[in-house]
Amino acid sequence: MSYTGWILLTASLVGLSCGLVGVLLILRRMAMMADAISHTVLLGIVVAYLVTQQLSGVHMLIGATVAGLVTALLIQWFHQVGVQQEASIGIVFTTLFAIGVILIATKVGNAHLDVKHTLMGEITFIPWEKVNVPLLGEIPEAVVILLFVLLVVLFFVVAFYKEWKLTSFDPIFAASIGIPVTLMHYVFMSLVSLTSVAAFDAVGAIMVIAMLITPAAAAYLWTDKLYMMLILSSLFGVLSAFMGYYGAVWLDTSISGAMAFATGIIFAISFLIAPRYGIIAKCRKIQVAQD
Amino acid sequence: MIGFLSYNAQWVLLSTLLLGMASGLIGTLSYWKRQSLMSDTLSHAALPGVIFGFLVAGSKNMPLMLIGAAISALLGAWLISWITSSTRVKEDAAMGIILSVFFGLGIMLLTYVNRMPGGGQSGLDNFIFGQAASMVSNDVKWLCVLAAVVICIVGLLYKEWKLFLFDSAFAQGLGLSIRWMNAIYTAVLVLVIVIGIQAVGVILMAALLIIPAVSARYWTQSFRLVLILSAAIGGLSGMLGTFVSTLGSGWPTGPFIVIAASSIFIVSLTFGTSKGLLVVYIQRQHQRKQVIIAAQQRRVERGQ
Repeated sequence: MSYTGWILLTASLVGLSCGLVGVLLILRRMAMMADAISHTVLLGIVVAYLVTQQLSGVHMLIGATVAGLVTALLIQWFHQVGVQQEASIGIVFTTLFAIGVILIATKVGNAHLDVKHTLMGEITFIPWEKVNVPLLGEIPEAVVILLFVLLVVLFFVVAFYKEWKLTSFDPIFAASIGIPVTLMHYVFMSLVSLTSVAAFDAVGAIMVIAMLITPAAAAYLWTDKLYMMLILSSLFGVLSAFMGYYGAVWLDTSISGAMAFATGIIFAISFLIAPRYGIIAKCRKIQVAQD
Repeated sequence: MIGFLSYNAQWVLLSTLLLGMASGLIGTLSYWKRQSLMSDTLSHAALPGVIFGFLVAGSKNMPLMLIGAAISALLGAWLISWITSSTRVKEDAAMGIILSVFFGLGIMLLTYVNRMPGGGQSGLDNFIFGQAASMVSNDVKWLCVLAAVVICIVGLLYKEWKLFLFDSAFAQGLGLSIRWMNAIYTAVLVLVIVIGIQAVGVILMAALLIIPAVSARYWTQSFRLVLILSAAIGGLSGMLGTFVSTLGSGWPTGPFIVIAASSIFIVSLTFGTSKGLLVVYIQRQHQRKQVIIAAQQRRVERGQ
């Protein structure tokens, strides 16, 4: 496959996994948790690097997933000892992110791990870091990891579809019929951090937040059905990956920045023209009511 | 500690002290409004404005860049309230959208500027993680004045803030306009963010607004004391962080300020005299002991 093809494939895989996880984030009103986790993943990666002294995909995946879970636990704990939920998120992620940045700036800074990379990702390097996969041949490492994460996310979302639906819309009822709500919460947090870290390495922290929240929020304006929302959200993710890439090539600028901006364009369009929940539909409804 | 620093470094320390104080004050207001993460969103949203200001001016023109930052942060705030009031998208999602999309735009513009001839030396990257050492003395004096203005606004309107935050219905009854107070609050918040982004950076600016206020809550219940203490903690973290970051070359300032603030938070959480973990633990032990004593007494009485 060509260079452009690999980049588009990588970004589309990010769009697909983030789109699926994002829907659940929006419905559970935990969008800012994604903001927090996508930042603290950095610390997980740095610590994994300090411990193993190598930049391999698997170690980072483990380190970052652990960091994500630690973030979720810490936020929960501070909330329990009396800090407001919002403030607790703000304290935990800024502190852990700051530690990560300081470690990079003082200790482990090198060509592979620098501070800028963490924000913008290095999607342009992805097609060159290939590994040999049986049956498929030479494939960029990031694509392999993202494919694996997508399969994991897809498995969890499909296999526990009913449980996600219940725990997202009516957690009290879900608990009353014996669904382990807390366990589901931490499974979900692990999914968020797994997705974040895989995407983080490819496209950077900011793009992860954009891909997690914005396509799902746009899909939320189009439909009331959960499965439809999942499909739309992933499609919007892929669409913004393509729009962002060609936009960035055209303007000669940051690819992941442009992809994040493209999710915003899709949201803005949905915000205007979505049937029923869009602005124009709403204005028309008010007019009809006035007539 | 201060004496051996250069003239410029002393000014930088003074400015981060004032900045910390100002954000400690505004952070307290945000905490009580339950809007801690709004400050995070708005500081991310300021980035495209900074770069746009640079593009318009064609050089590193501080006032123009700060005005740009203020405009894009206010635009972000307005979009969030528009999205949440006119669709079913909730506030947290709206904040996530604005934060990431604005920041993405900022990165696009930043990359574009860095690829322009001579753009790489503009030092615009410093706005992401903060680099207090990059501030020249003219910027610093401006920042000091603006921070002092913020401190004065909060101090002079103390009674109004208190009414506005704790009993807005009563405040309205007294003829205080809630809309105006909200507008002033947003304006002051954006002002603090704008003056803070050069020293602390857009990503970590929120920490300086959130952490001092939360830490102060563990020492006292009185609103006035929380304000004063939060300002003190903010100022101290600003100065400490800046000082430590000057010890190494190229160390970013923002992360060190955040670490200073969160160390103070950990100390407050553990040893705070009001609801600190240690105090709560001792109180619980004490209560348990009393319950046991009371039970024993009852048993003795029944025995008689």
